[in-house]
Amino acid sequence: MALLSKKDANLILDPLADNNPITIQVLGICSALAITAELKASVVMAISVIFVLGVGNVVISLLRNVIPSKIRIIVQLIVVATLVIVVDQVLKAFAYELSKTLAVFVGLIITNCIIMGRFEAFALGNGPWKSFLDGIGNALGYGVILIIVGFFRELLGSGTLFGIPVLGDPIAKTGLYATGYENNGFMIIPPAALIVVGIIIWVQRSRNKALIEEA
Amino acid sequence: MLEHLELFFKSIFIDNMVFAVFLGMCSYLAVSKKVSTAVGLGAAVIFVLAVTVPLNWLLDQYLLRDGALVWLGPEYADYNLSFLSFILFIATIATMVQLVEIVVEKFSPALYNSLGIFLPLIAVNCAILGGSLFMQAREIPSLGLAFNYGVSSGIGWFLAILAIAAIREKIRYSNVPAPLRGLGITFIITGLMGIGFQSFGGMLTGDNEPPEEADNTTVESSGEKEIKKEIEKDEKAVSYNDVVNN
Repeated sequence: MALLSKKDANLILDPLADNNPITIQVLGICSALAITAELKASVVMAISVIFVLGVGNVVISLLRNVIPSKIRIIVQLIVVATLVIVVDQVLKAFAYELSKTLAVFVGLIITNCIIMGRFEAFALGNGPWKSFLDGIGNALGYGVILIIVGFFRELLGSGTLFGIPVLGDPIAKTGLYATGYENNGFMIIPPAALIVVGIIIWVQRSRNKALIEEA
Repeated sequence: MLEHLELFFKSIFIDNMVFAVFLGMCSYLAVSKKVSTAVGLGAAVIFVLAVTVPLNWLLDQYLLRDGALVWLGPEYADYNLSFLSFILFIATIATMVQLVEIVVEKFSPALYNSLGIFLPLIAVNCAILGGSLFMQAREIPSLGLAFNYGVSSGIGWFLAILAIAAIREKIRYSNVPAPLRGLGITFIITGLMGIGFQSFGGMLTGDNEPPEEADNTTVESSGEKEIKKEIEKDEKAVSYNDVVNN
């Protein structure tokens, strides 16, 4: 931690757990859930958001004194949209199959509430370096949840990780399947993502009682 | 006519914005604590979707898609501006939301007061941009269908937020485990409702001409099911209270 002061390190570490954008701040759920049926898509989505939020936060922070506050939402949307177009074009060029799977959800990073939320709450009031750390931290917090959800959904739903079978072959009945284990098709359908996130929230709040909401 | 009807039911129930593709989840979770505010936001979403989807359809058709500029002359036929669609769609949406806000404030202060706070929120509601992007991805063929798609996916979103707001008002009287209170239980209920909505998937498959009566009965019976579920929930809450009191 010689590189970062303690305060700066907290900017990155806080959103990973106790101030997680998905489970605590309730931001960015929209695009988070639909693409978590496979681990690979989750990882790519996480990386895209880390890029967009890190760079976007710096840009907005640099512009914060020249943006008239009345039209700031439109300016922010334009900045994000530009960055997302870059991500989309890169994906289409180097990972065409994956960009088909992610489909419109890459575009929906624009309206991902994490991005607008961090612009409004942090980048408009802080310098570029701090904003960069905050952006990376929050995007990592988002990515962690995405990867946890993707891990469980792909493992339990298809018995694979990154498309590689890890539990044996379901047709030839090898590995775990020899004992009568079956893939849980329920994990593949969209609503399962919500239930998995609900359970993550449950676990997290049971471990940290301070996060429990008042009824 | 039939294609309109099919798209209408399909967008409300099968491809429901919230339960099938998780669009607009942020405001869905944040603004669903009370039924009255949920209705306000839902109405605003229907309205904005109905305006922006046809508008973006025109943009897509005459400006963005491969060869769309051909109306300018044959030498423009090779242009494909579709990489600009994100930025143009979001610009349209942000402008329209601002415009709607100004117009509503000027002509109907009462409506403005009830919708006012939600309108700026809507610019960053993924359901709105998602509506336009899905419209583009599904290659909806005509302006009329695009309008239909906007309205019906708006109605689907409205139904979803209304249902969850009603359930959350009820669930306040239930004894939810403390760590699940609030956000956690809302996620899980939404998941369960999503599973219910999955069953609509069988509604329009089969022959090319789905019989009308069959559609209606599906809708009704599931409506009854939801009501039954709610009744059951109430009973459970009551019985729990009884146990505590005894």
